[in-house]
Amino acid sequence: MRERTLDKGGTSMRLIDQADVQQRLDRLKDQDLYIHLEMTTGAYAAFIDSTKHPAATFITNAVIRYSHGSVSDQAPYRVGLKMVQGWVYSEGLTHYEEQETERLILAGHDGQGKLIVSLQLGREPF
Amino acid sequence: MERHILVVLPHPDDEAFGLSGTLAKYIQNGYRVTYACLTLGEMGRNMGIPPFANRVTLPAIRRKELEESCQAIGIDDLRLLGFHDKTIEFEDHRLLDGRIDDLIQEIRPSLIFTFYPGYSVHPDHDACGAAVIRTVGRLPADERPAVHCLAFAKNLEEDIGQPDVIQDVREFLQPKMASIRAHRSQFQAAELLGDHEYTSEEIRERFGTERFWTYPFGS
Ligand SMILES: [Zn+2]
Repeated sequence: MRERTLDKGGTSMRLIDQADVQQRLDRLKDQDLYIHLEMTTGAYAAFIDSTKHPAATFITNAVIRYSHGSVSDQAPYRVGLKMVQGWVYSEGLTHYEEQETERLILAGHDGQGKLIVSLQLGREPF
Repeated sequence: MERHILVVLPHPDDEAFGLSGTLAKYIQNGYRVTYACLTLGEMGRNMGIPPFANRVTLPAIRRKELEESCQAIGIDDLRLLGFHDKTIEFEDHRLLDGRIDDLIQEIRPSLIFTFYPGYSVHPDHDACGAAVIRTVGRLPADERPAVHCLAFAKNLEEDIGQPDVIQDVREFLQPKMASIRAHRSQFQAAELLGDHEYTSEEIRERFGTERFWTYPFGS
């Protein structure tokens, strides 16, 4: 897995620093937030390996609020956000956008660098 | 202390393969068992083959299966703690440990069964075991019940050694197989084990022993 930049668009997706992500989760709790949550096996999953079942799902700019959010201790990371009436859960996260000050951008990339999962939280729509 | 056992596991069916025979044995020897199941396993991916459950109906189905399993084992005190599947590791420790402590104070068990934290593969298993160990660890040393842990991670014996509690449950394969079969949405393999076969040598060999690690608390 590459240590730093995943694309050349001026972002700096870095390997997740657990303590830093936990602090960011704490800063975003107890307020209305826009969420983007996505998971995909890639549209070509079944073409490349016929035993694989292609699946993808995303929800973008739904509004959530959580009272308790945590990230697991070890990579690949899991995040759980406890809401009044339910949970947001994501597994397989590897990278985060370190330069972001307002938003939390988390992503999980596989060994080829492809995006498998993403979880984003912000006060403005994505 | 009372002859009372507390079982704390996160999913309905966690008791079936590794613990049900031992519990049936304790119950026959006069112990009472309280089983606290943290979740309803509502995020499970097995829905039966062909699927007879879905995301909406799965929790109620698994609850029924768990009640049937408890009946088979002889457990008459099942507590459903209402946490959500896959979220135990994220729960507020105060809330989670507090619920477990309430049960310990109420029941005053002489023995607790749970998962060995760090060696139980599923994050809910590890987090459940960790919560029990934290809670019991806060009790004064002379009030601590023994904690016997289930564990099944690869290479675990290099770290935590051989299991020190070996239960011969060959006399309790009938309740054990009934417990496994009760979880019909989860274990299709159970259908292969017909009612009459639990005495066969292969099944006695495979299911006749349950292994536990006594958790080593410091002083
Ligand atoms: Zn389980």
